[in-house]
Amino acid sequence: MTEMAHALRVQNLSKSFNDNSVLRGISLDVATHEVVCLIGASGSGKSTLLRCINLLEPVNAGRIWLGDEEITRAGIDEDRVRQRIGIVFQAFNLFPHMTVLRNITLGPREALGLSRSEADERARGLLERFGLSEKSDDYPDRLSGGQQQRVAIVRALAMDPELILLDEVTSALDPELIAEVLNLIRELAGRGMTMVIATHEMSFARDIADRVCFLDEGVIAEAGPPDQIFTAPSHPRTQRFLQRIIAAGRM
Amino acid sequence: MGDTKRSAGRGSRLLGNRAVLVSTTSTILFFIAVAVVVALAPGSDIVGERFLNWVHLKQSLLGTATAPSVAEAFLLNVRMFMIAEAIILVLALVIALVRGVPGPVFFPFRAVAVVYTDIFRGVPLILVLYMIGFGVPGLGLGYVSTRSDITYGIIALVLVYSAYVAEVYRAGIDSVHQSQTAAARSLGLSRWQSMRFVVLPQAVRRVIPPLLNDFIGLQKDTALVSVLGSIEAARAAQIYGAEQFNYSAYVVAALLFVLVTIPLARFTDHLIARDRRRREAGGAAPGALGTAAGAPHDVPGTIG
Amino acid sequence: MPRKLVAVLAALLVLAVACGEASDDSAGESGAQGGCELSDPPTLEGGTLTVATDRPAYPPWFEGSPKDYSGFEGDLAAAIAERMDLDIKWVVEPFNKSYAPGAKNYDFDINQISITPERAQAVDFSDGYFNNNQGFLAAEGSDIGGATSLGDLEGAQLGAQVGTTSLAFINERIQPESDPKVFDTTNDVKSALESGQIDALVTDVVTTVYLRDFEIKGTEVIGQYPTEEPFGMVFEKESPLVDCVNQVLEELKGDGTLDGLQEKWLQDYLGVPELSD
Repeated sequence: MTEMAHALRVQNLSKSFNDNSVLRGISLDVATHEVVCLIGASGSGKSTLLRCINLLEPVNAGRIWLGDEEITRAGIDEDRVRQRIGIVFQAFNLFPHMTVLRNITLGPREALGLSRSEADERARGLLERFGLSEKSDDYPDRLSGGQQQRVAIVRALAMDPELILLDEVTSALDPELIAEVLNLIRELAGRGMTMVIATHEMSFARDIADRVCFLDEGVIAEAGPPDQIFTAPSHPRTQRFLQRIIAAGRM
Repeated sequence: MGDTKRSAGRGSRLLGNRAVLVSTTSTILFFIAVAVVVALAPGSDIVGERFLNWVHLKQSLLGTATAPSVAEAFLLNVRMFMIAEAIILVLALVIALVRGVPGPVFFPFRAVAVVYTDIFRGVPLILVLYMIGFGVPGLGLGYVSTRSDITYGIIALVLVYSAYVAEVYRAGIDSVHQSQTAAARSLGLSRWQSMRFVVLPQAVRRVIPPLLNDFIGLQKDTALVSVLGSIEAARAAQIYGAEQFNYSAYVVAALLFVLVTIPLARFTDHLIARDRRRREAGGAAPGALGTAAGAPHDVPGTIG
Repeated sequence: MPRKLVAVLAALLVLAVACGEASDDSAGESGAQGGCELSDPPTLEGGTLTVATDRPAYPPWFEGSPKDYSGFEGDLAAAIAERMDLDIKWVVEPFNKSYAPGAKNYDFDINQISITPERAQAVDFSDGYFNNNQGFLAAEGSDIGGATSLGDLEGAQLGAQVGTTSLAFINERIQPESDPKVFDTTNDVKSALESGQIDALVTDVVTTVYLRDFEIKGTEVIGQYPTEEPFGMVFEKESPLVDCVNQVLEELKGDGTLDGLQEKWLQDYLGVPELSD
């Protein structure tokens, strides 16, 4: 019996691709308003975990609850679940044949059934709040990488999700454009958005996370508050990983 | 070509450029040479007389007492082409979509779509025309067997070309990166909504050149429907030619066919140019690393 | 660079002129007309008469194996070859190409081809060997079955082969309300009649009777209408052989052989009522 305080609960999740076992029994609870950062090397399973939560990938074993509802049960309406979870990808994936505004209103209008004016109003409000108003009638190819990624986040927000997943959203950006995106995320966190963020930006993670999970070869090797993980990690693998990060000058 | 730099500053940039002068002159000289070779060839007089005779060009275009007007007959080609094209655009899309519907329940439909495409891309149009145009009426099935030969002709054209165009659509749909579908489904859009709002608009824009190719082929293949009896432009030209032994009528018919394809070709050029800039956006903007639409370590997978 | 270019173009020009000159010589050969030696006829292949017709070749015009046709036209061609002391060799030529201008790769074509002034400008004809009439074939019990004049056919959907005098006849003499349907071959016109796409098929009367009796069940020949266009054999323009063949044809007419062939092969096919105007 789970309380509503849990926005997301993952229990013993396993996922393999053919013979390759990527997730080996992941368990994770995310409370409402909590910000959880996932760190770890490439291939450790961060993206896969997020894609499983979002039901983009079918799971091999384990269960997931979104709020009160078990979303891994048979017969679940996956489309409805995905409306409640927002996800932003490393490659923005904006729809190139639509304006920024239309990118944002597509979900609310078609999936949520909002009217055109309702959806437009919501979209414009969000664009205004995050300083992107003057781009609303532009096509994605006229925006910088940072702007596109911010639009992608706004697009996810427009669905009014219970939970937002961010999958390495700054990894494909030039350094000078990363800050604007991180600031937006910071603001969302400040407003109480429940988030699970996979990231390589360690300083940012340290700054914003309520909890940090270190993924290594498909399991959560260590989890805890950022101070603990970044200054006094207990697990040898965590230590090695952080040493490499520091040596590379990324923290 | 060090000269180009020197002459760049003087007078008109184009004419002052020696390279351009040389290439233009040699192109003109080449065509003059071709013209001379053709003119000196034995039989060139009679070829001109037989194929490019002004009186016959005019007469066949407008028709005589006994030979139908090629221009008027061409209207039949246009009519067939427009009706067929409208139907094909829709039917081919349905076939392409049916081929892609996942799930064991839909296996029979997918199988039918595959068999349909294989058969009608494999059988020559002329055979399909014979089978439908002569075969169906011969079955004596009441209403179905008493349609006009133009109707059967259009049916044959639709059957054959829908198979080709369905494959073109399929290629277009496949070329839209999977991450677009992922993004759309992640918003909570259904499979059909993703297809309709995100994938298809991009897919169709990408395949405009091959679609145009197929439709130009269709425009010309309307001439084959003449085997079923009606007089379209190529047949009208043939009748004139058989009567007058002058084949300028064929040149007239050919010109009419070409004239009709040109606006279509220019229009699609315009569509392509207009859409070019939008084709690669979405992930490859200034300041972005990595590939256009897919993150380097996006894990491949399936979406139900 | 420009100098090399000029050299190449000059070479092209010289080539073009040279080719033009060379092939002019061969054009001078076939000028001779009139005066054909029966003992040494100028056939394509020495000792052989190459004769063309279409495929399929319909009875009663042609019967038997394509290597060695009998039938009215088959026997006629064989008789001509025999009188000229030549072997006979059969080749195939589609009807539509037979009366078109240009060089032929046979000595003559015999295929129910009517002699018309227009065609005579493009090819040479022998003298006529059969007086053809247009025939009309319709489904039994059709609306036009009782037609007694050309006028009665005005409302019908007629069909004919492209380039035939039958098609011209429809357009000039009958002038029906709806355009006739035009087909590539007689076979296709036949299929159209069988499937009900046309009301009546127009071709030479002998063929219509043959179709009624042997090919399409449930049809009737409505009637025939005489034309001024007898059948002739088709030769390449200015062929020196025409004269010889005409001489032989004269003989065959004179000694009753031609009549005999007509009696043997075509008698059953001529008893068809005539339509009035």
